[in-house]
Amino acid sequence: MYVATKGGERAIGAAHAWLDAARRGDTALAEVTAAQVEAQLGLAVDRVMAEGSCHDRGLAALAVKQSRGDLIEAAFLLRAYRTTLPRFGASLPLDTNAMLLKRRVSATYKDLPGGQVLGPTFDYTHRLLDFRLAAAGLAPEPPPEAEPATDATPRVTEMLAREGLMQREAGDDREPGDLTREPLAFPADRALRLQALARGDEGFLLSLGYSTQRGYGGNHPFVGEIRMGEVTVEFEPAELGFAIELGEIGITECQMVNQFKGSRTEPPQFTRGYGLVFGHGERKAMSMALVDRALRAAELGEACDAPAQQQEFVLSHCDNVEATGFVEHLKLPHYVDFQSELENVRTMRANVEAVK
Amino acid sequence: MTHHTGYNFAYLDESTKRMIRRAILKAVAIPGHQVPFGSREMPLPYGWGTGGIQVTAAVLGPTDVLKVIDQGADDTTNAVSIRAFFHRVAGVATTERTAEATIIQTRHRIPERLLTERQILVYQVPIPEPLGKLEPRIAETRRMHALADYGLMHVKLYEDIARFGHIATSYAYPVMVNARYLMSPSPIPAFDNPKMDQMPALQLFGAGREKRIYAVPPYTSVRSLDFDDHPFRPIRAPHACELCGSRDTYLDEVLIDDVGGRIFVCSDTDHCSERQAMKEAAE
Amino acid sequence: MSMPPLLSARDLELRFGRVAALDGVDLDIWPGEVVAIVGESGSGKTTLLRVLSGLMRPDSGSVDYRGQDVLGMGEAARRRLMRTEWGFVHQNPRDGLRMAVSAGGNIGERLMAIGARHYGNIRAEAANWLGRVEIDAARMDDVPAKFSGGMQQRLQIARTLVTQPKLVFMDEPTGGLDVSVQARLLDLIRALVADLGLAVLIVTHDIAAARLLAHRMLVMREGCVVEQGLTDRVLDDPQHPYTQLLVSSVLAA
Repeated sequence: MYVATKGGERAIGAAHAWLDAARRGDTALAEVTAAQVEAQLGLAVDRVMAEGSCHDRGLAALAVKQSRGDLIEAAFLLRAYRTTLPRFGASLPLDTNAMLLKRRVSATYKDLPGGQVLGPTFDYTHRLLDFRLAAAGLAPEPPPEAEPATDATPRVTEMLAREGLMQREAGDDREPGDLTREPLAFPADRALRLQALARGDEGFLLSLGYSTQRGYGGNHPFVGEIRMGEVTVEFEPAELGFAIELGEIGITECQMVNQFKGSRTEPPQFTRGYGLVFGHGERKAMSMALVDRALRAAELGEACDAPAQQQEFVLSHCDNVEATGFVEHLKLPHYVDFQSELENVRTMRANVEAVK
Repeated sequence: MTHHTGYNFAYLDESTKRMIRRAILKAVAIPGHQVPFGSREMPLPYGWGTGGIQVTAAVLGPTDVLKVIDQGADDTTNAVSIRAFFHRVAGVATTERTAEATIIQTRHRIPERLLTERQILVYQVPIPEPLGKLEPRIAETRRMHALADYGLMHVKLYEDIARFGHIATSYAYPVMVNARYLMSPSPIPAFDNPKMDQMPALQLFGAGREKRIYAVPPYTSVRSLDFDDHPFRPIRAPHACELCGSRDTYLDEVLIDDVGGRIFVCSDTDHCSERQAMKEAAE
Repeated sequence: MSMPPLLSARDLELRFGRVAALDGVDLDIWPGEVVAIVGESGSGKTTLLRVLSGLMRPDSGSVDYRGQDVLGMGEAARRRLMRTEWGFVHQNPRDGLRMAVSAGGNIGERLMAIGARHYGNIRAEAANWLGRVEIDAARMDDVPAKFSGGMQQRLQIARTLVTQPKLVFMDEPTGGLDVSVQARLLDLIRALVADLGLAVLIVTHDIAAARLLAHRMLVMREGCVVEQGLTDRVLDDPQHPYTQLLVSSVLAA
């Protein structure tokens, strides 16, 4: 006699218990602390802040620990947390010109005011596994310290703009839309596009950016400037009428310089692709800048047929929390609909048989 | 019963609920029309019912009795998970009995039991756009809805008949609501479509990931698309339920061995147990 | 002519930068007449067609269809017109057909869009029209991607005419087809126009096609109508130097 399956609730409880045990792993080993994750797996923490769209290194580190290192799962945790936070306003625009720079490089000039500052970069390392790291306990040599830089570090794009060679961004005093409050509608303006890209999946944007370099759209990009360091967050409470400093956050900014051929009314100028991301995330900031420029193709009167140039395609699919939710939902039971399809196909096959 | 401290009743803050209720009111005023709304990130993944959860959270009150089903059953894993979520953040009474529920959140089925004016049915919707498979661009489908330009959908049905001899859509079967808007009823089997027509209960549809809410007010006309000479015919497995003997409810196929043995049981577990209890009482 | 024109345009102006695509163009077309607009590429003839059919907005001027302001009507009204009383035959049939939908479905779509709900009747009507454009009705369930260019164009015409429009815009309907196929298509268009009493506004650079099909002809150059009149008169006795050049180059070819 068939007895209907019961016990979904118990199964879920047992699954959660097993998950907890798997997360802890071998109890003979020391437990990883969120503080260790924050300090020693900083780039994972940075990525989770960027895609979780919430700047809090401690919480992001906790999310990385809780998710057992699955960074999209961690970003999801941070997003869900972010929803519950009360919102009391918007900061003043960040002044990246006043950034306390840890790293600043430009590919467009050999040397420039402020110099090329490499910072803590993987760029010139040789990708050889370092087995010394497998044995803990060896403190690294302290890095040599230089005199702190005192010269001004003007933006590369500013220097180009002063010569009239670079488009200045059009000023806009309107309140920018808020992606987290209103659903995205197409066509979306640049502010909303940049919001979507800033929290978009690094892998997706990386591939799209790569595609623009390989001929699917794209306009000969140069890295005008990459800046990584700390900026001050300022907020002006209505009651005070002046701005106060809330603290500092680490960010990465990338400005790509692209050529624009000019039109019947505009002389040729360089145009900008812009990327900005929480923490140290160069790959993401650079990819974002490439995709930002690609999405401007329509407004700059260029052909628009490469995937990276299709606004609806790029912006509908760049959010990895949305994407993973929908892809993974296929694991949920779909047997009711499948049953309908089965009956449909059986009926059609029966009709074919009857006709024979 | 107090709810888990630290969160507002039903998780969402009051201004978010207000925003969702405004969207619901717009939706009820324009039956079948998709209203965009500022869908929030939820602690459950997109695609797993966040739209339905937000709609339920916005209309839920402390005296409501909540039923949550998935594939027609209360005990499927995601229904269990969602019911536990509301228990945790709202502390409302929950039930498996359709007759006792004031709010029923459902994925992929309409309960077999006739619903009343005192009930709200909340559907979880993955893809709100009925024309989505034919035209992926939202800008274009918006125009089609605004202009009631639905030729593309009828062409699809025509093509099915030309190719297969009958309309091949078996779930998420498109309907005309209030003779004006083309709507996706969510992936319920076509068998359930007739239940939507003139239903006494309020029907609300939430798509969290796609950020749309739509509604069918009580006693509204809902017609499945068809042709005069190829009328809509709901499909069900042509068997009786193994447990309660029903011949007019939607059935699940259950494989019982690996040599093709199978039985059929009611998908709606509450309705089936009710029928079984009535059968026993009669004997 | 005492009856009013079906479509009337006055003082149409459209500039792209310094180039005048339309430079003060007037046009009238009466029910049942075929008017050809000829000229070289860049003359403005295609722009004129697009402006008249509401696909493009001019900088100034008016377009009037049976008393309705075409430029002022909303998109909903324009789309309704395009589905019922108007038709548009594109130069490339792929632009006017659904390539992944069967021939029958392509023809039936306009009927379904205006409320046809009987599958059998829609199919019969589609078969009827396939016959009228000389496509074997057995191909009703094939997709146009499998048809030759000439067949695709004939299918596009069937799809356009099924709702018995009063006015059909045609943009180089024989462009891109072989010469023999062109001739057959022109004959078909001529027969259908006569049968159905259609008004047709046809843009073409092919003078011979204009002579075969059109009652009247407009010659365009650099956004202006340099000459117009009865087709035979314009072609046999061209007044404007440009028209004379156009006609003589055809004869020489």
